[in-house]
Amino acid sequence: MDLVNAVVQGTLLGGLYALFAAGLSLIFGVMRLVNIAHGDLIVLAAYLGLTTTAALGVHPLVALIVVVPAMAGIGYVLQRAVLNHTLGDDILPPLLVTFGLSVIIQNALLEGYSADPQKMDAGALETASVALGPLSLGVLPLLTFAFAIAVIAGLQWVFYRTPLGRAFRATSDNQDIAQLMGLNKRHVFGMAMALALAVTAVAGILLGIRTSFDPSVGGGRLIFGFEAVIIGGLGNLWGTLVGGVILGVAQTVGATINPGWQLLAGHIAFLVILAVRPNGLFPRISG
Amino acid sequence: MTQILQLDGLSKAFGAVTVADSLSYALNEGEALGVLGPNGAGKTSMFNLITGTLQPNSGRITFAGEDITSHSAARRSRSGIARSFQVPQPFTHMTVFENAMVAATQSAGLRRHEAERLCIDVLEQTELLDKANDRAGGLTLLNRKRLELTRALCAKPRLLLLDEIAGGLTEAECTSLIATIKSIHASGVSIIWIEHVVHALMAVVERLIVIDFGKKIAEGAPKSIMESPEVQEIYLGIEADA
Repeated sequence: MDLVNAVVQGTLLGGLYALFAAGLSLIFGVMRLVNIAHGDLIVLAAYLGLTTTAALGVHPLVALIVVVPAMAGIGYVLQRAVLNHTLGDDILPPLLVTFGLSVIIQNALLEGYSADPQKMDAGALETASVALGPLSLGVLPLLTFAFAIAVIAGLQWVFYRTPLGRAFRATSDNQDIAQLMGLNKRHVFGMAMALALAVTAVAGILLGIRTSFDPSVGGGRLIFGFEAVIIGGLGNLWGTLVGGVILGVAQTVGATINPGWQLLAGHIAFLVILAVRPNGLFPRISG
Repeated sequence: MTQILQLDGLSKAFGAVTVADSLSYALNEGEALGVLGPNGAGKTSMFNLITGTLQPNSGRITFAGEDITSHSAARRSRSGIARSFQVPQPFTHMTVFENAMVAATQSAGLRRHEAERLCIDVLEQTELLDKANDRAGGLTLLNRKRLELTRALCAKPRLLLLDEIAGGLTEAECTSLIATIKSIHASGVSIIWIEHVVHALMAVVERLIVIDFGKKIAEGAPKSIMESPEVQEIYLGIEADA
């Protein structure tokens, strides 16, 4: 029974990891940029949520109305002002610049909010649960999983059903030709980063409701996001959700066996899948 | 006659290799101009300069009365310059229809329904309509070439640049291509066409220029150019190589 419970809880936790990963996956897919600062941007979103709830006295989920557009705006400006200049044939500059960005965000958060752990108060939502047979499912994890599915379905819709998505895919496919078709790649990349950080805003707020956070936790979120993307297969958004779930289940099952094994079990699952399927479980068909 | 395109003293060199050497000529609105020259003469580089993929070292490009030398490739595309590539370069992961839609919505700036209507019309004209939902990466060479033309036309160009679009086609395919290009030309689109398949070129263009080492070495009516000694020499050379 413990095991069944662990699998179910792990699946729901996987929703949060998929939200960490979706933005990372989107950015890599559109512009082949590996964003080392992604975890710190999630934490930044959590702090923006904290400030919004404190200043306006609203529920953390209501704060999404402010934080999602704010993060999208930050994403667009960040891409146009900084990251676009790092993109080229060499993959090293974006890695170095986003690593530097990670350091800057962490230190700015330390300066602004101190190193004390913070948490967002979501009231009754945090402890509410529904009984499913012998299992007790938290409403917050269920909500997080629902958000993950909605976000990934939304991204999928944008990618395959809208002119913006066509622009993303065309630019990803062949940047030079996309420009000859009238696409301004700097703007397209800016829009992609805006969308990615809008997703990051959702991830950050849900993280901040679920657990306490401080400026240093970004690195860990980045690793979970990376692992979910790699397990699922690069460039496949639904695969990313599956990757998040596998990672979440591995962690909760590991923790059931021995409380100290939670993180280790997740990393081992990742390494095993990497060894067996180096391209992930559902790599995008290329050709 | 108003001029749609004018090149003034356009020069571009990569180290010791000169791909454009004070290149100057003008194209009238609605005119079809053919470009001849041996391989490596700088013909494709000239297209790259006109579309904005390459920046010239010196010189000026004027399109529809506006100096576009400093404009980005995307902006030039939106203002009405479209091209096809000698080696087709579709967006391989997207369908044929989506490829066309990128040009129609981004370059021509059409709204969804107008864009869809244009794409369907053009796909019909280029005989690709039955392949509309196929992934572009899986097309045959002929269909990839058709897709190049489709995408260029879906951009609703005022100036169409064709880069060896007849190369590698069979006689029958070439005949139908010539008919298509003639009807595009008849609709008022200005054309510059680089082509080694001389009879195809002669069937459409009103004027020829010859380029070698990035320099314009001859210009005039197609018939007189083809009979000129420079061209005879160049093309006999090519025949011998082939």
